[in-house]
Amino acid sequence: MKCRVCRGKAVIQVRRHNANFCQEHFIDHIHRQVERTIDDFKMFGPDHRLVLGVSGGKDSLALWHILTYVGYRVDGLYLQLGIGDYSSESLTLSQQFAAERGLKLEVVDLPSDFGFAVPEAAAASRRTPCSACGLSKRYVLNREAESRGYDVLVMGHNLDDEAATLFSNVLGWNVEYLGRQRPVLPATDGGLCRKVKPLIRVAERETAAYAVLNGIDYEVEECPLAAGNTINRYKEWLNRLEEQSPGIKANFLFGFLERGSVHFSDAEDVELVSCSNCGQPTTGELCAFCRLQAVTFSRKQDL
Amino acid sequence: MKVILRNPRRQVELEDVRRVADVFRHLDLVPESFLVIRNGELVTSDEEVSDDDVLEMRPVISGG
Repeated sequence: MKCRVCRGKAVIQVRRHNANFCQEHFIDHIHRQVERTIDDFKMFGPDHRLVLGVSGGKDSLALWHILTYVGYRVDGLYLQLGIGDYSSESLTLSQQFAAERGLKLEVVDLPSDFGFAVPEAAAASRRTPCSACGLSKRYVLNREAESRGYDVLVMGHNLDDEAATLFSNVLGWNVEYLGRQRPVLPATDGGLCRKVKPLIRVAERETAAYAVLNGIDYEVEECPLAAGNTINRYKEWLNRLEEQSPGIKANFLFGFLERGSVHFSDAEDVELVSCSNCGQPTTGELCAFCRLQAVTFSRKQDL
Repeated sequence: MKVILRNPRRQVELEDVRRVADVFRHLDLVPESFLVIRNGELVTSDEEVSDDDVLEMRPVISGG
């Protein structure tokens, strides 16, 4: 295969763009996709204080590399989830990435700062580990980004993450979630930090390739708690469709964003109030994170 | 040739394989879900392979 741009030897095929790229022109291509996404959705500008949710995986580290390369100053925020060696290795990889590039990485530790680890929360609640993890990440990253004075919380969700989440929300007709599935969620007076997803035009395979081609050492092993994860299964199915119909994942997601999401915008018009325990925005008296924390503490006391 | 797979990490031996695309077919893997790495470099599905090669089929799907 030859590179679409220079006719040199290709290192990757991107079938939905009907293109093959050499290393240099694939990296250029990814930079353009991300810059275009930031501009098209007016995500942020050069004067905003940006913080990126960092996990040590390919997406967040690739995005940190991309944003820094194209000229943004971005700090990292890592949440230690207490998932044994997996969390330790992910933290080490994130710290190494930041140290090698002179970037600032802030670390929040769920067990020591909030009193529980994800496996304990999953065992104590009726949530799956991925659900307890996702809730904890959304809560803590938002709270820390707000309290540390950042303007924008940047997340590494890629095209596959968003397409699989959309697929899941359509299968369950979760209209409230469909109303909130956008590449930019605005800040609110009640404590929600502006949240953006600049990788939504980049497929998961492409962020992994970008990381490999740039020598980024990322956590390759899957989280030990994610075995059988529903979203990962949907990704596998969508990839089988993509093999038959290149571009179907992007059409699904961007068709929804351009023509579908407007029909669900009312569903997210819920009034937010302050959690009676922590003060963070919620729709009920006690936010979901505080409820998770309470049930986990209660279970730990019983043991 | 040797093929390294992950999650869980394991190794399989394949014979009479001409191209990377044949490895996907033999193992019933979806190309969109993997990168193929040989000697630290990405290779495309049309690349020829030999019995001496070691290929890593690196999965790209991960939880958010």
